[in-house]
Amino acid sequence: MQKALFQYALRLGDNALILSQRLSQWCGKGPALEEDMALTNVALDLLGQARLWLDYAGELEGAGRDQDSLAFLRAPHEYYNLLLVEQPNGHYGDTLARQWYFDVWHSLLLQRLAGSAEPRIAAIAEKSEKEARYHLRRSSDLVIRLGDGSELSRSRMQQSVDDLWMFTGEMFVGDDVDAVLVAEGIAPAPESLRAPWLETVGEVLREATLTAPAPDAWMQKGGKQGVHGEHLGHLLTEMQWLQRSYPGAQW
Amino acid sequence: MSSGISSDWPLWEIFVRSQHGLAHKHVGSLHAPDARMAINNARDVYTRRNEGVSIWVVRSSDISASDPQDKEEMFEPAGNKIYRHPTFFPMPEEVGNI
Repeated sequence: MQKALFQYALRLGDNALILSQRLSQWCGKGPALEEDMALTNVALDLLGQARLWLDYAGELEGAGRDQDSLAFLRAPHEYYNLLLVEQPNGHYGDTLARQWYFDVWHSLLLQRLAGSAEPRIAAIAEKSEKEARYHLRRSSDLVIRLGDGSELSRSRMQQSVDDLWMFTGEMFVGDDVDAVLVAEGIAPAPESLRAPWLETVGEVLREATLTAPAPDAWMQKGGKQGVHGEHLGHLLTEMQWLQRSYPGAQW
Repeated sequence: MSSGISSDWPLWEIFVRSQHGLAHKHVGSLHAPDARMAINNARDVYTRRNEGVSIWVVRSSDISASDPQDKEEMFEPAGNKIYRHPTFFPMPEEVGNI
């Protein structure tokens, strides 16, 4: 039970941390000043959430690891984020599609977790859900604008939506960790988020005049269990460089 | 950062109300294609440290302004009539700054 909770908190923390790191890579390079500020704000929101989850994970583990050691001293196979969030930034449409798929799911999940039987999880989820709702408002708005925009923006947005689709299936596949927490009323069954996710995604795509990819398409999975693609290692190398080169460095 | 995209967008003036009961105050300007996105952008650019409870956006081109060249006739007549300023009344200490 304690072990499942630890693992679950790590998954939530890792999703937020890795996506935050990805978004931070846009800092100073956004397509417009306003977009640049907005993306880095989302990155900061997610970083704040990651800290809450990782602190909680550290306490559950009880082995003396805090948010910093969990963030900076784990290897790629000890990270349990979704494959979706570690995907490279690509062009702005790719970043946006990744963000939007995540935001729809994240928002649904946090709403459910706010009613968790575990008070600490409920508290963190309630705080984070307001941020996630804003992220979703922003990313949906932009997907619609770019989809229902020029011929060029439409074709690029469609391509991004198609390319990242195969990383969305993993969000709705439960495993042993999920099963333990579902039984205790601590977390929702991942499968139960699929229908509302598909519905919201479908509505936005329709408004964006984009074609929805097939729900039964083949899906990648493994991130939740620590099996990642090549990109995560590079991301962590950059993110963890300072602590790896100068162990214990503080400022 | 390229200014290519945002310079095609119209300019908006942003007004933020910091608390209930106070007036909206001009905080700056930004580029956005329409009002909805101007509000989203204003939220991200100007209200991230608990600054506001409400945002107004107005297209800069919709604001009519006084001409700086008219400064003398517009504002100086008021400045040189000191009896228009309520500075000659003795004020009780307890009132404080008003």
